[in-house]
Amino acid sequence: MNLSPELMVLMTILVPAFAVIPIIAANRYPNLREGITITASLMLIYLVSSLYTFTRDGGSVTLVSPDLIPGLSLSFEIEPLGMIFSLVASYLWLVTTVYAVGYMRGHHEQNQTRFYSCFAIAIASVMGIAYADNLFTLFIFYEILTFSTYPLVTHAGTVKAKQGGRVYLGILLTTSILFLLLAIIGTWVTAGRMDFVAGGVFNENNSPLVTGTLLVLFIFGIGKAAIMPFHRWLPAAMVAPTPVSALLHAVAVVKAGVFTVLKVCVYIFGLDLLKTLPTTDILLYLAAATVIIASIIAMRQDNLKARLAYSTVSQLGYITIGALLATSAGALGGAMHIAMHAFGKITLFFCAGAIMVASHKTEISQMRGLGRQMPITMVAFFIGSLSIIGLPPTGGTWSKWYLMIGAIDSEKWLIMIVLMVSSLLNIAYLLPIPIRAFLVDNEDGQKSEVKIKEAPLLSLLAISVTALGCIVLFFYTQPLFELALSFLEAAGVPYGG
Amino acid sequence: MIAHYPILQVIIPLLGAPLCLFIRIPRLVGLFALLVSAAAFLVSCGLLQQVLSHGTIVYEIGGWAAPWGIEYRIDQLNSYLLLLVSGISTVVLVAAQTSVKKELPENRHIYFYTSYLLCLTGLLGILATGDAFNVFVFLEISALSSYTMIALGTDRRALTASYQYLVMGTIGATFIIIGVGLMYMMTGTLNMHDLAQRLPEVYKSKTILSAFGFFIVGVCLKLALFPLHLWLPNAYAFAPSIATAFLAATSTKVAVYILIRYMFSIFGIEFVTTSLPLNDIFLVLGLIGIFAASVSAIYQRNVKRIFAYSSIAQIGYMILGLAIGTQLGLTATLLHLFNHALMKSALFLAIGAVTYRIGSSQIYHLAGLGRKMPFTMAAIVAGGLSLIGVPLTVGFVSKWYLVVALLDNGWWPVAVLVLFSSLIAVIYVWRVIEWIYFTPPRIILDDIKEAPLSQLIPIWFLVLANLYFGVDTRLTVGVSKMAAQSLFGVTP
Repeated sequence: MNLSPELMVLMTILVPAFAVIPIIAANRYPNLREGITITASLMLIYLVSSLYTFTRDGGSVTLVSPDLIPGLSLSFEIEPLGMIFSLVASYLWLVTTVYAVGYMRGHHEQNQTRFYSCFAIAIASVMGIAYADNLFTLFIFYEILTFSTYPLVTHAGTVKAKQGGRVYLGILLTTSILFLLLAIIGTWVTAGRMDFVAGGVFNENNSPLVTGTLLVLFIFGIGKAAIMPFHRWLPAAMVAPTPVSALLHAVAVVKAGVFTVLKVCVYIFGLDLLKTLPTTDILLYLAAATVIIASIIAMRQDNLKARLAYSTVSQLGYITIGALLATSAGALGGAMHIAMHAFGKITLFFCAGAIMVASHKTEISQMRGLGRQMPITMVAFFIGSLSIIGLPPTGGTWSKWYLMIGAIDSEKWLIMIVLMVSSLLNIAYLLPIPIRAFLVDNEDGQKSEVKIKEAPLLSLLAISVTALGCIVLFFYTQPLFELALSFLEAAGVPYGG
Repeated sequence: MIAHYPILQVIIPLLGAPLCLFIRIPRLVGLFALLVSAAAFLVSCGLLQQVLSHGTIVYEIGGWAAPWGIEYRIDQLNSYLLLLVSGISTVVLVAAQTSVKKELPENRHIYFYTSYLLCLTGLLGILATGDAFNVFVFLEISALSSYTMIALGTDRRALTASYQYLVMGTIGATFIIIGVGLMYMMTGTLNMHDLAQRLPEVYKSKTILSAFGFFIVGVCLKLALFPLHLWLPNAYAFAPSIATAFLAATSTKVAVYILIRYMFSIFGIEFVTTSLPLNDIFLVLGLIGIFAASVSAIYQRNVKRIFAYSSIAQIGYMILGLAIGTQLGLTATLLHLFNHALMKSALFLAIGAVTYRIGSSQIYHLAGLGRKMPFTMAAIVAGGLSLIGVPLTVGFVSKWYLVVALLDNGWWPVAVLVLFSSLIAVIYVWRVIEWIYFTPPRIILDDIKEAPLSQLIPIWFLVLANLYFGVDTRLTVGVSKMAAQSLFGVTP
């Protein structure tokens, strides 16, 4: 196939979006329906990968629509950070779909057509966010992502799901309409432009009071980045089926949030301006507080998914810290952490779902001795935990490394301490789960003669892939590292330069 | 023929109305009304095209030159609204064919369509005319026929609702006529263009000030500005569904048009802003209206009432745009005028389809309809999202312009309040959505089917218009901008 790169950018959004039509049409034939989803995700991977090679070799792609509102158009451009995000999202969509087929059938979920359709729309909007070249475009897809994931959160249709959905939509819409939209229009009125440019859109004539306020509005407005006190939606979203929690609430939705934070900090404000703003430090310490408090809350959760959710809140704080440190090493670490955390956390969620399907256990206290029953799952859980903590030989090591360097560069020692304490807390709330699963007797005290009863084969396959991914990312970091470096170059703040 | 378009615009429905009485066959009357409205729509298309290419059209009725004769004056502002009103009326009449047949007893169909066409005549007349007294005449034609339409509703409470509206509407009309009378006393003319030129000489007089006061109060009653909105919720809730869809989309909008026309083209913006603290009054009443009505909408049990209260809130946004007092603000108001008409007509027609199938618009009767009437319910969701102002819908375009105008004027706190108010819209829209999709049915829905195509097509036509004009804003933004420019520039 010889498609022009512009067309390919368009197709990354249209392929998942239009996959919805055959998915709905194949309502009565589950195998065909899932086949369509997998085909679409393979096509997406092909498109994103070709775009990756194209841009790596120095090509640039821009796609601009006619004006929607005079002066404002939907415009897309591929830049390295968006490339990281879209690569992660497209590959993990395939893996998650494979996992979901096993999970949804094993769990006898209802309304699977709605599930796969909304999932595809969510992925389409993620692609829109990743390639957006101005705030307006980004905002549109950001909102579509919120609405398309709402039916996934409320999938079960129970009272609890309905309430979870209310919190989810309530917080995400409140922040985005009240703060983010205001910040975007404020930027538009103040700077007269809202496209992403190296070094930011503001100039020295804009008073620090206005730009400082806009920064606060942005950081709080991007509710998907789950900075406290606007983090409650994420635990609430855990009523969703596990594949949703895994891909959307560990990868797509939350990463859309921190991705937007990074983009705004680097391309709207610019790191140089960011350093001088009076509000940057306040927000930085707020993010640090989020990291610690969320970890402490995570320790107190007995429900595995809830614990993972709070762990995600904490890890998202890392990326926000990386952006707000306003150093190139911090931004580098933040960008890499988008990918590293994605692989680690999706593995953990896959495991949580596998445990739920195979042994119907949701509480951590019930999982003692489970390692003998589900060895593969628990080993994967162990690897995922290592990556989240940031220990070798897993990918999480690298992103934490650069975040630390960023903290040192800017001489923010408190942040450095926070990062280290947080790693310890991660160890405390994650590692006991696999350790007790292997080393402690189960509830009945029976040590021997436990039959292996693993999750459905497809789910197990997906778990192994992402767990391996965590390790591969440790040894083979080069492509990701180069992308992150070129992100800094594109932003005009080269690392080590 | 083309030269006579301005008068044809009004005459066609005016003649169509009594002809309905002659046709006498209920089935044909509906089709005839549709035909008449479609003809009016074609005329308005022609008018808009002429105005856009040749500028303002002046038409002297019977060849009598103004200020002795009555003059029709079509410029960008009213040609755009003529198109909107006649267009919505036509789309609504397509859905009316089945809806009216089911909701009203057969012997009332003729009356319904007669008053519908009269109402259309009145609204188009108000828009087309360039004569201050003529506005009053057409206002009464449209008002009297809407009282009739509302009273035709099958629920007995429709009668009290109509009566309430009659009393309030008459007070409003009386105030307007007092205002017009006082102006005539001082200037000796009723022609708008003429008035605009003669009024500056007598700006200082108390008579003109009181004329302006009477006029503002009267017209605010008509457009249901808080706290003069009390007639609206019942009128919308108990009228036949088709009447609600038509009135909600057009009649308050036309009242806003009168306000803008008088403020800008007759009194002149200088007089308006210096004689009374009108901007402050509009700012406060607009904001209170937005919040009070949106909060009331949350507590309604009837879906029609929810959206009726939402209409009052939307009027608040339009008034807020006027309160800014800048060209950008006026653009936002004009844009929202058009956009809100699209949202509300789609929503009320969809609710009409629900009433058509289950005979009720109580919110708890909607439970479980998500599976039974998927297309109608999806239309309600789309309309609701547009009402909230989600990107890619017309609601977003309106909100964007309003907030830009507010920030441009330095009114940051008001911008925050406006955005906050759309969160209240999220609550009342989501309440409906949760009933539709997440609650088991309260009534037996076994033999409930999707709405008939004759209703689904107009509903979805409007929903798609909501999406289309949310993406391609060239026509709406372009015309609103030009109209705002000319209103701020030379008075026509």
